[in-house]
Amino acid sequence: MSEQPQTSRRGSPLPWVLSRILGWSPVTLLTGCSATHITFLDPQGPIAQAQRQHFWFVVAMTMIVVLPVIIQTPWILWRYRYGGKAPYRPHWDMSRWLDVMMWGVPVIVVAILAVVLWQQTHRLDPYRPLDSDKAPLQVQVVGFDWKWLFIYPEQGIATMGQLVLPADRPISFQLTSATVLQTFFIPALGGQIDAMNRMVTKLHLQANHTGRFAGKNMQYNGGGFHHQRFTVRVVDDRQFDDFIAHAHRQGQPLDRQRYEEVLVQQGDTADAARALGLTSYQRGEPIRFAPIPRDLFRGIVDDAPFESAVHNPAPHQQAAMHPVAYQALPPKQQTPPKPTLPQDKETSQ
Amino acid sequence: MSGDLPDFIFGKLDWDTLPFWDALKDPTTFKIINAVISGGAGALVVLGALGVVILVTWLGKWKYLWSEWLTSPDHKKIGIMFIVIAIVMLARAVIEAVFMRAQQAVGLDGGFLSPEHFGEFFTTHGTIMIFFMAMPFLTGIINYVMPLQIGARDLSFPVMNQISLGLTAAGAAIVMISLVFTPFSTGGWSGYPPYTERAYNPGPGVDYWIWAVTLSTLSSTLTGINFAVTIYKKRAPGMKLFRMPLFTWTALTTAILMIFGMPPLTVATALLALDRYLDFHMFTSDLGGNMMNYVNLFWAFGHPEVYILILPPFGIFSEIFSTFSGKRIFGYPVLVVATICISILSFIVWLHHFFTMGQDAAVNAAFGIATMLIGIPTGVKVYDWMLTMYRGRVRLSVPMIYAIGFIMLFVLGGLTGIILATPSVDYQVHNSLFLIAHFHNMLIPGLLFGMLSATNFWFPKALGFRLEERWGRRAAYSWIVGFMLAFFPLYVLGVLGMPRRSLTFFEPAYLPWTLIAGFGALVILFAMLCLLIQLWVSIRDRHQNMMTAGDPWDGRSLEWSTSSPPPEYNFPVIPEVHSRDAYMSEKEQGKAHQVPDEFPDIVMPANSAMGVIIAVTGSAMAFGLTWYIWWLVILAGVVTLVAVIARGFVRKTTRVISSDEVRRTHLAWLECVRKTTPVDRSKEQSPENQGLPVPPVNGAVQ
Ligand code: HEM
Ligand SMILES: [Cu+2]
Repeated sequence: MSEQPQTSRRGSPLPWVLSRILGWSPVTLLTGCSATHITFLDPQGPIAQAQRQHFWFVVAMTMIVVLPVIIQTPWILWRYRYGGKAPYRPHWDMSRWLDVMMWGVPVIVVAILAVVLWQQTHRLDPYRPLDSDKAPLQVQVVGFDWKWLFIYPEQGIATMGQLVLPADRPISFQLTSATVLQTFFIPALGGQIDAMNRMVTKLHLQANHTGRFAGKNMQYNGGGFHHQRFTVRVVDDRQFDDFIAHAHRQGQPLDRQRYEEVLVQQGDTADAARALGLTSYQRGEPIRFAPIPRDLFRGIVDDAPFESAVHNPAPHQQAAMHPVAYQALPPKQQTPPKPTLPQDKETSQ
Repeated sequence: MSGDLPDFIFGKLDWDTLPFWDALKDPTTFKIINAVISGGAGALVVLGALGVVILVTWLGKWKYLWSEWLTSPDHKKIGIMFIVIAIVMLARAVIEAVFMRAQQAVGLDGGFLSPEHFGEFFTTHGTIMIFFMAMPFLTGIINYVMPLQIGARDLSFPVMNQISLGLTAAGAAIVMISLVFTPFSTGGWSGYPPYTERAYNPGPGVDYWIWAVTLSTLSSTLTGINFAVTIYKKRAPGMKLFRMPLFTWTALTTAILMIFGMPPLTVATALLALDRYLDFHMFTSDLGGNMMNYVNLFWAFGHPEVYILILPPFGIFSEIFSTFSGKRIFGYPVLVVATICISILSFIVWLHHFFTMGQDAAVNAAFGIATMLIGIPTGVKVYDWMLTMYRGRVRLSVPMIYAIGFIMLFVLGGLTGIILATPSVDYQVHNSLFLIAHFHNMLIPGLLFGMLSATNFWFPKALGFRLEERWGRRAAYSWIVGFMLAFFPLYVLGVLGMPRRSLTFFEPAYLPWTLIAGFGALVILFAMLCLLIQLWVSIRDRHQNMMTAGDPWDGRSLEWSTSSPPPEYNFPVIPEVHSRDAYMSEKEQGKAHQVPDEFPDIVMPANSAMGVIIAVTGSAMAFGLTWYIWWLVILAGVVTLVAVIARGFVRKTTRVISSDEVRRTHLAWLECVRKTTPVDRSKEQSPENQGLPVPPVNGAVQ
């Protein structure tokens, strides 16, 4: 392992020890040599790290209830076998004391798990911005059939196939899908979140240091589903600026024609690269787009990607906190639409 | 070739719906391989159906089949027919699973299946396993056993029972026909829109899925009503609720879950059908539709469904632990209360299937905690089963081997269930192979072992001879080992981030695990083979394993008090119940096999063709809807309507069996019992066991 994660030990030491013994060995054995980090058991950011800790905590706690069954069943089978000599009480069918134990232990275990669950679910809520003194980088993610588009609204560029992120700075994702339901996932950094057509979901992640991580779609969406992967390349600030500059220099403009004839068409990133004339494209490398229309993301959410940019210069950050707020989006209109923002909806209610 | 057939007659059916057509037109090696697999499956369906027709004709058994089985309102025969459907469908779904495992075993950067084919595989596998294997299997077992356990002669609504069977048969037939006129859906067993909307999947696949599932859910709703009413109304005198065997208790809770759990899915698939056929916008992205409504409806069905699947096995294992430990069940009232808790809680946890959809943290946390609560009564049940064996005399007969496999493996599934119930961790393992491993960990050791265990347990009751033990053991052990090999690696794969429903993968780290899982699938295939051999050997040697006396396992509940197989009317005289373990206490008090003072005339329901009619019209209508063959839809609808109305005019709905006949049959059986030598439990598995145990001494099984 070249990049040792700095595990900060919090909470009880038991899960931590367990994770060293149980998790580490097979996982490092099998993934340690690969260039990308593929799992939260090998976490590269604070969220995944906390998830790993919580994972082992739940395993350890639940074992309190599970282990007695696995250990004692064979023992009972042997001791009370037919033909054995152990006491035989065919009418014995209740015991207050055992009843109390039987309900009590699981109740206590579940109570402890529940308290931790409540705390962690809030602490690791994908919608919760991460604490940091740095301003988060905004990234807007759009799922197409079998490829992801990553829009950097503040930088005015977009990529496909590779998501480039600065290390040690919170990332604030907004996600939608231009097609069916998909699920965005970078295991080494944090959890999944669904991307849905005409709705916006949010996710906050951070990478501790530079490296290459695997990213993917978890929700089956047709024949090319297994190809809907991307590489996350986490770089330092200088490299990130280079990447942006590079994209501005070399990117293809993301115009209506490319959008409709390449992005919207079914096909994976490599197919898109081919359609864009990038003959030497390698999977996992970025396809760069610049310039991009203003409010492209907003437009896709409103199902009118190249119209809303003109008609609705509203700030793009105003996505709803929760996708439910989008339920009442206005129907698709033939005339140039003037989409109602969810905020307007909410306040007018 | 399309456009050859007149649309008016054939709808959207065309030559290229045949599974090998595409490969004929454009034969590449890859297409040929896939065509051989799907064409082979289609051919198997056609040949299988033809084979059955020829066989029945050759044996001259059409009349027998019609009057003794297809039109019989007898709950026992209907139960057996449900189970036959389940086993046929199980065979198909396991073979499909082996193909998927084979694909993933060689799936590093390739494989041999096309994406469409793989998509159909996981969709049909999941749909069949849930709706056409698990549901008919447990419905069949409850159908057979529950009325016997409560001392009833039949279900409350025997004709409705036939209709339930007909609807399930129609759904299963549609899934089978989809192998001949392809394709089936690729939307998974959950069929989430918008993927399954016409805009994204215009073909017939999703329609097949919709109608197959709709037929199945209608069937199960009716079944639920039937079971619940029967248990409330038809218990033998003295059989108070708290004297019912635990299997009957779980049958009751399952029935209630069916009544409330099935309709949400019927509604969801019906609304999806409206979207697809009539341009409604229930679940589309535009014009006010919202796919989240589908997801909620689906899981409002889906979570109660998993308890519909698991509660009957809980009941079965309760009977088996108690019977094969020669001991009362430990904590009967606690087990009942735990069962009721589980069934109530099962309605308030559905959201754990979509923690990742972006709802508020508090909502996720609340549902996560509610889910973990279910772990408490479930854990209590497991301890009660262990304490049932504790201080008993445990005999490792085949049903018990499954039960031991169940208890030890099921708790591991519980562990991973708690992991999945924790939202912050679920974000990592949701929709990965970890989830697949988890629910197979519940469904194979839980549901499937339960069904196989029940089959071994009650088979002698139903057919009059025991299932052969040696092959039974081999099957049971192979299932256990095969399960562990096939599914434990998936936990690792899931934690390593491998998505479910992946055709191929590109991480070399996954390969060793997919290989082990592939090997496990072969062991499972071997287990299936053992089951087949077990059945074959048992039928061949049936005369050695005869059990006419009816009580091969020293059973505790009323079904063991009657002959094997039981007469159509189950009990010549309705038994009177004074305690739990009703038959065991009769045996303890030496009151078993007494000659009744008098025999009544018995009124039984008369045969009816309603079930067959519904099976035919149901599948015809589903087929017509799938392929837009409107004349067939209308015809099937009209026939159904006429049949239902005509049924209202049928006067002779019952049949009387004279007391003379009942007396003759019963006395003959008692005579036979008298001639049987009682055996103690050491001879349980030998041919000497003819179904008459040595009576217990002070409750101690001998
Ligand atoms: C007998 C051995 C079995 C094997 C080897 C097996 C294997 C599989 C495999 C390989 C998948 C696809 C996993 C993926 O998405 O990557 C799958 C999915 C599934 N299986 Fe099984 N399975 C078995 C038994 C069962 C049983 C007994 C049930 C239910 C009673 C069941 C229900 C399902 C369901 C619901 C799915 C999900 C389908 C979907 O993704 O829509 N399976 N199984
Ligand atoms: Cu659930």
